[in-house]
Amino acid sequence: MERAGCIEMIYPELEDRIVVTIMGACAQELYNLGDRDNFFYLQHAMGLASSIGLGLAMHLPAERVIVLDGDGSVLMNLGTFVTLARYRPRNLIHVVFDNGSLLSTGGFESQTAAGVTDLAAIARGAGIEHVATASTTIEFGEAFLAALECEDLSVIVAKVAAVGPEHYGMDLHLPENAFRFKRWIKTRKRA
Amino acid sequence: MTVSYENSKTIFEGIKAAGIRSVSALPETWLGLLLGRIEEDPDMTLVQVAKEEEAIGIAAGAYFAGTPHVLLMQNHGFFGAVNGLVSLAMLYHIPLCMLIAYRGHWGEPYPWHTRGGIVTEGVLRALGIPFEHARDPMKVAKQIREAWTFSQSSLSPVALLLTRDLMED
Ligand SMILES: Cc1ncc(C[n+]2csc(CCOP(=O)(O)OP(=O)(O)O)c2C)c(N)n1
Repeated sequence: MERAGCIEMIYPELEDRIVVTIMGACAQELYNLGDRDNFFYLQHAMGLASSIGLGLAMHLPAERVIVLDGDGSVLMNLGTFVTLARYRPRNLIHVVFDNGSLLSTGGFESQTAAGVTDLAAIARGAGIEHVATASTTIEFGEAFLAALECEDLSVIVAKVAAVGPEHYGMDLHLPENAFRFKRWIKTRKRA
Repeated sequence: MTVSYENSKTIFEGIKAAGIRSVSALPETWLGLLLGRIEEDPDMTLVQVAKEEEAIGIAAGAYFAGTPHVLLMQNHGFFGAVNGLVSLAMLYHIPLCMLIAYRGHWGEPYPWHTRGGIVTEGVLRALGIPFEHARDPMKVAKQIREAWTFSQSSLSPVALLLTRDLMED
């Protein structure tokens, strides 16, 4: 399965939820489906998408927060699983797209490509109770809906092909993204 | 040497007086008493991290959420958080208010702290992160408030260095 198809499948569910995505290919695939003020594209700092998600989820208990992460990124911050498990925000869904690749930087194989590492087992071992895996788009969609329904911290590890968008380019400056994201959240809180 | 009970309390009160209700931290000796108070206070949210760089992301999340937040760490933890500071906070103009235990400087008896202590200010300067030293318990509450205010107006990380004079009796 391809990540773009997975994101497309859940896109309607992202409309009024707080979304944090990793850089490059993943950010572009989300953007191509329709850019929104409630999307934060973390374009460079590998590993921190889930930490941002944790900070958001803990301080906005009335919101649902969805993090779209990658294997290369999450491997730079495996401690995040432990911190997520400890604080267990009920309103956070952490999706890890495992393409076995550092796709956005030239497609080198990542550490998971060898097939010996099980990211879902790492998340479980860290103490996260709801961890699902998916290898077809249908499975992914079901896992995502189940995560939305269970109202607890959930991790979904989705095995995807190492393919990305054909073109890159977003009409959005990085600080602009941060400003409008913050403003969207503020407006929601007032409403 | 003992960690200052009174000054840890003063810093805690300064954090609360500045309107901060959320703290991320990685514990260390000088911060222990302070963290204990934060943990016990029902008005405060404390997020303990496994590595300091996580706290940069968590602090960014708190900022987006509109919750006043400070980060507590040791200077060596600050070194480990540099890419997060540069590639998240600075790149996106996200303010961060860091209170950093300034180990390894004047009076430091432990060899393992010294290299970090010697390069701390140089690294802060290289990154363009504004910083001040907190030495006087009479002034630290004001310094915390001002560090917070400046981070928010400059949309930048700022650092208050908690020195030996303040943290030890
Ligand atoms: C600290 C750091 N090292 C290297 C890079 C270069 N880099 C940019 S994207 C990327 C790969 C990201 O991999 P993953 O999270 O799996 O997402 P994918 O690109 O495969 O979708 C790398 C290594 C970087 N951004 N930051």
